[in-house]
Amino acid sequence: MALQEKAIILDDNGIRRALTRIAHEIIEKNKGVDNVVLIGIRRRGVPLAERLAGKIREIEGREVPIGVLDITLYRDDLTTITHQPVIHKTEIPFAVDNKIIVLVDDVLFTGRTVRAALDAIIDLGRPRAIQLAVLVDRGHRELPIRADYVGKNVPTSRKEIVSVYLAELDKQDKAVIEVDTA
Amino acid sequence: MGLNRKDLLGMQDLTAEEIQLILETAEPMKDIIRRQIKKVPTLRGKVVINLFYEPSTRTRTSFELAGKYMSADTINISTSTSSVVKGETLQDTAKTLEVMGADVVVIRHSAAGAPHILSKHLSASVINAGDGFHEHPTQALLDMFTIKEKKGRIAGLKVAIVGDILHSRVARSNIWGLARMGAEVRVIGPATLVPPEIEKLGVTIYTSVEEGVRDADVIMVLRIQLERQQKGLFPTIREYARLYGITAERVSLARPDVMIMHPGPMNRGVEIAPEVADSMQSVINEQVTNGVAVRMALLYLLAGGGNPHETVG
Repeated sequence: MALQEKAIILDDNGIRRALTRIAHEIIEKNKGVDNVVLIGIRRRGVPLAERLAGKIREIEGREVPIGVLDITLYRDDLTTITHQPVIHKTEIPFAVDNKIIVLVDDVLFTGRTVRAALDAIIDLGRPRAIQLAVLVDRGHRELPIRADYVGKNVPTSRKEIVSVYLAELDKQDKAVIEVDTA
Repeated sequence: MGLNRKDLLGMQDLTAEEIQLILETAEPMKDIIRRQIKKVPTLRGKVVINLFYEPSTRTRTSFELAGKYMSADTINISTSTSSVVKGETLQDTAKTLEVMGADVVVIRHSAAGAPHILSKHLSASVINAGDGFHEHPTQALLDMFTIKEKKGRIAGLKVAIVGDILHSRVARSNIWGLARMGAEVRVIGPATLVPPEIEKLGVTIYTSVEEGVRDADVIMVLRIQLERQQKGLFPTIREYARLYGITAERVSLARPDVMIMHPGPMNRGVEIAPEVADSMQSVINEQVTNGVAVRMALLYLLAGGGNPHETVG
């Protein structure tokens, strides 16, 4: 697969501003951050959750706990793909019962990852609420799922690929639309 | 990358990369066992059949729980209550199970090579849960997982395996696996219970426990089967215990942070002193928990993703 960049959705400043706004929205919607926890979906949801926690610390002066969720075991396509994806650890070092969980991911597309994440969290306990924060919502939902916090809504074609690059993993910050030229 | 094979028949033909993948996959599985809701939906709709031609509590229960934690339907067949007593062949029994829908057949059999024969006739995955004196790969994998978990590595560790090496499939599988992962393996036992030419597998033979356990990082104690005495392989249980039993005194010759392992079931006071089995250095209970995690990983890797072995390319 050869990917060619077609358009930039968010550059580094765009990502920073979007996360700042989402942090404010999380605080506003939940009237503070009592009982709020952030859970990043592997992989790129994890650095995004860490950055949101940093912003919330700057704004509210409070630490919100961060968890890491690997949804592989809950995927609905395990019987149709030929090779099993490698499973990584889920690390949620707190009880989820009665917490307000903000799930964090980079791109919201079909909604299937979020469906898997919801099932995975509910197997860990009974949270008071689960909210969803994404950096990019590109449409084409296949399930009745929507985000509570969106960095940017972008209309896309199904054939296009939306990729988020983050400095923690990819040495740079940007969200782009790519096309497969192969 | 996945485990690109249909069956797990032995440690002998596993590569270091495959062993690594299985051990790494078992880590997140262990977290699931510790949860309140010990279930993930991954193997929903898959059928795992435990076909045990020899008695077993630990291994059979471990596979059964591993399957259930992964949401597979697990069925146990013990041969004393099955058509086997009516004279059905192994192959016919297994084929019957497969056409009923089995995705994985876990087999324990007293004949070495029985799982290998099955694997040729079944499109279902076959897991060897112990075949004769040959191999017991899932025990070796759980032992290696336990070592890696406690010591952080396997390569370079001195692992002493003590007891009836000759009749031990646990020893054989561990020797293959540990050697492949770069451990220094020693076997200790009376000459009658150490197979000739075993040094060709890359192990060092000791007939003295004191010498064999010196500076060891891991002491793996094997169950001594009491019926071996009747065959004259050692004079008395008491003499075996005196010469080869792992006592606190002998443990003190190993490294201070030595791990004591035993695949169970133990003969306390024979191959292992009770105070050693219950000591801080003993990881015997941990091994049992890890067995479930490793078997969950294997079920996922063999039965989790579509049917890789049936797909071309």
